[in-house]
Amino acid sequence: MGFLDKFKKGLKKTAQLMRTDIRDLFKGGGRLVDDVFCEEWYEIFIRTDMGVEASQELVDDIRTNFRARVVEMQAVLDRIKEKLKVLLAQPEEPIRFAPEGPTVIMVAGVNGCGKTTTIAKLARMFQEEGKNVVLGAADTFRAAAVEQLTIWANRLGAEIVTGPPGSDPASVAHRALAQAIANQADVCIVDTAGRLQTQQGLMQQLTKIHRVLGKQIPEAPHEVLLVLDATTGQNGISQARHFTDAVKCTGLVLAKLDGTAKGGVVVAIRKQVGLPVKYVGVGEKAEDLALFDAESFVDALFEDMAANE
Amino acid sequence: MFEALQENLSSALRTLRGTAVLTESNMREGLRTVHRALLEADVSLPAVKAFMDRVTQQAVGERVLKAIDPSKQLVYIVYQELVNLMGPVDHSMHLGGEVSILMLCGLQGSGKTTTCGKLGGLIKQRGRQPMLVAADLQRPAAIQQLQILGEQLELPVYADLNAQDPVRLCQAAVRQAKALGANVLILDTAGRLHVDRELMEQLTQIDNRVGPDQVYLVVDAMTGQDAVHSAQAFNEALELDGVIMTKLDGDARGGAALSVKHVTGVPIKFIGTGEHLDALEEFHPDRMAGRILGMGDIVTLVEQAQQKFDQEEMAKQQARMLKGQFTLDDFKKMLGQVGKLGPLQKVMGYIPGFGQMQKMMDAMGADAEGDMKRLVGVIDSMTPDERADPTKVVDLSRRRRIAAGAGVQPHEVNDLVKQFDLMSGMMRQMAGMGIRQRMKAMQQLAQDGMNPNAALSKKKIGTGKRLTSTDRAKMKKIRDRELRKKKREAKKR
Ligand SMILES: Nc1nc2c(ncn2[C@@H]2O[C@H](COP(=O)(O)OP(=O)(O)O)[C@@H](O)[C@H]2O)c(=O)[nH]1
Ligand SMILES: Nc1nc2c(ncn2[C@@H]2O[C@H](COP(=O)(O)OP(=O)(O)O)[C@@H](O)[C@H]2O)c(=O)[nH]1
Ligand SMILES: [Mg+2]
Ligand SMILES: [Mg+2]
Repeated sequence: MGFLDKFKKGLKKTAQLMRTDIRDLFKGGGRLVDDVFCEEWYEIFIRTDMGVEASQELVDDIRTNFRARVVEMQAVLDRIKEKLKVLLAQPEEPIRFAPEGPTVIMVAGVNGCGKTTTIAKLARMFQEEGKNVVLGAADTFRAAAVEQLTIWANRLGAEIVTGPPGSDPASVAHRALAQAIANQADVCIVDTAGRLQTQQGLMQQLTKIHRVLGKQIPEAPHEVLLVLDATTGQNGISQARHFTDAVKCTGLVLAKLDGTAKGGVVVAIRKQVGLPVKYVGVGEKAEDLALFDAESFVDALFEDMAANE
Repeated sequence: MFEALQENLSSALRTLRGTAVLTESNMREGLRTVHRALLEADVSLPAVKAFMDRVTQQAVGERVLKAIDPSKQLVYIVYQELVNLMGPVDHSMHLGGEVSILMLCGLQGSGKTTTCGKLGGLIKQRGRQPMLVAADLQRPAAIQQLQILGEQLELPVYADLNAQDPVRLCQAAVRQAKALGANVLILDTAGRLHVDRELMEQLTQIDNRVGPDQVYLVVDAMTGQDAVHSAQAFNEALELDGVIMTKLDGDARGGAALSVKHVTGVPIKFIGTGEHLDALEEFHPDRMAGRILGMGDIVTLVEQAQQKFDQEEMAKQQARMLKGQFTLDDFKKMLGQVGKLGPLQKVMGYIPGFGQMQKMMDAMGADAEGDMKRLVGVIDSMTPDERADPTKVVDLSRRRRIAAGAGVQPHEVNDLVKQFDLMSGMMRQMAGMGIRQRMKAMQQLAQDGMNPNAALSKKKIGTGKRLTSTDRAKMKKIRDRELRKKKREAKKR
């Protein structure tokens, strides 16, 4: 299955379970663009988790463009989708590979968002491309986090570098990269412990890991991926902001998009922090990773409506 | 954040100054601001809608209080309603019987395993013998994770690295619980999506075959609009008994608490406030309400508003008292006001004689909300003349009849009558004072929990009935406890 198909399959479940109340919008041809109409759209936007500000902006756009006219819903929907697709558009190749030596990818995020699983998925993807991967288990804090990544490494046949529980994560990261260089590996992916973005000490620790990697290879880490749980609401904005401040994130991985959550907070993040989504997670298995595709993502945001046209 | 909402509300409600009552139209802008604040805090849309309807109903027709800014008055109503909806408080895990079984379930990564450990630690502290059951056979190293937590907590962990079927594993754990010396089992189930039919069915199977006494949903505080969907699905599959909200140590506003309560109706029992195993706290709707509204100092604000509000109402009651008209009917009305005003502990202090009662209830570990209902029940079971002058009219046989009618013990009727007598005695004394003196006396009363040995007795004011020496000793204990608590809290800040 191609990346795009996977992406769509992951989103399918979302569409199946959608509530019917907003479908009524599409009934009966043209509608007058009045306050009630705008309020209905506002609610559609809010339900995607894109937040008050982005929702309001889109509603304002509808208001100024269609004010007091009778319009087809499809026309409004098309306009909104187009705007969002442009906003979320992404270059084809999401990973900036190092011209030589290992490409270093650091993975960060709050607790339980899906970092370790995402790393397994990324590793598998690179392996499929014929690349050689070394994993660094720099979550030395959470119980059995190292064991978890080790199990994945064994399943995938990737090399893994670990440290004892409670040891300095920066030193694990350092050793992992050293190993990757020694192996002449193509990619080195560093796992980190989950942390809430408000925990200053832990955020500094993250900065230190970032710095240590940069000492070995000046451009490293080449990518810093922030994993975001798709069920996350407005706190995602704060996550994107603080993690970017600490470790200059280069993009998002939107995990757990196989549920009913729409992950619309990435719209607000793109607007306010600028981070693009690079991949999405659509399941718990190593193959459940897909390239982010703005078209499909935006279609899925409103799929429950289009389905009933 | 608090300033922002307050400011927005102030400007939205500027026109309200000088109006007599709140109406839907003069509050519209203010309500819109509240609506927005709730969405920003991630309360799910259906929950927001239901909530706004309730608040509007509550607020329409309220007198605009002259003493305070109308925006504060609205915030106050909003806050109270949030507290009401996220309550009532029920922290009990209903542990009892030979072996109790708790089951945790939820989406992937919500914090089930960690919470399993935290609950185990808490239950052990409370003197029972918990055992953790590693029923997540899905996530790599989930079993090891629980085993490590068990080691840290010195708790037994039931695990089987070769197990395939979590239903059987749980059954086996239950069968062996007693032999392993455990009387509370905590099942750590695998995370799953609520749309995953197969895995949801598996959860139902565990529920049916093992019959847990309590099933808790573990919810991440950062959850957005989807909270209603997942919580509803879990509740339909399992009939939840409670919710535990994790990761509240960050800056998430936690609006999902309201969403989840809205769709499941079950109490939120605990909150997780960190990764460490002691970072589990009992849930408090008032704190959560302040957090959702983004108001650190909401409590102070509400107290100010309350004080003014209560003073007005109380002045009225007192006017009746002055004329010797205070009856149990008035008393009931006061109870009604108190109920409406919410956080009971806070408001009760403002009513003469109630501080003490409240502290007594606290000391007995009683649930104040429930006791309030009982009091009202007792009053409702009285005849009009009994209510008018209970001290004189209610004799032994009447007491029995009233108790039977209200479904309480006769001594509870007696307690109420005594308390009423005490109160009206106080009120009568205060009627003789000037207004400022009276306010002071009342505050003193509230603080001292009506101990006749405190402030008032210095002024040589009889209190009708004397407390016995054991009562006084009890009171002192209670007062000391309160004092220690206050000190502790002061230190924490
Ligand atoms: N359904 C689903 N579950 C996921 C996905 N990614 C991760 N998970 C699950 O989420 C939980 C936490 O993932 P983990 O990678 O350990 O998160 P970490 O704490 O951030 O490293 C695990 O149970 C994973 O199986 C996804 O894309 N979809
Ligand atoms: N900051 C914080 N982290 C928590 C809390 N509860 C759990 N976690 C973390 O969240 C992540 C997922 O927890 P886990 O118990 O493995 O979730 P599960 O997949 O539902 O079993 C871990 O990194 C935990 O340390 C909490 O209350 N606060
Ligand atoms: Mg991890
Ligand atoms: Mg777990």
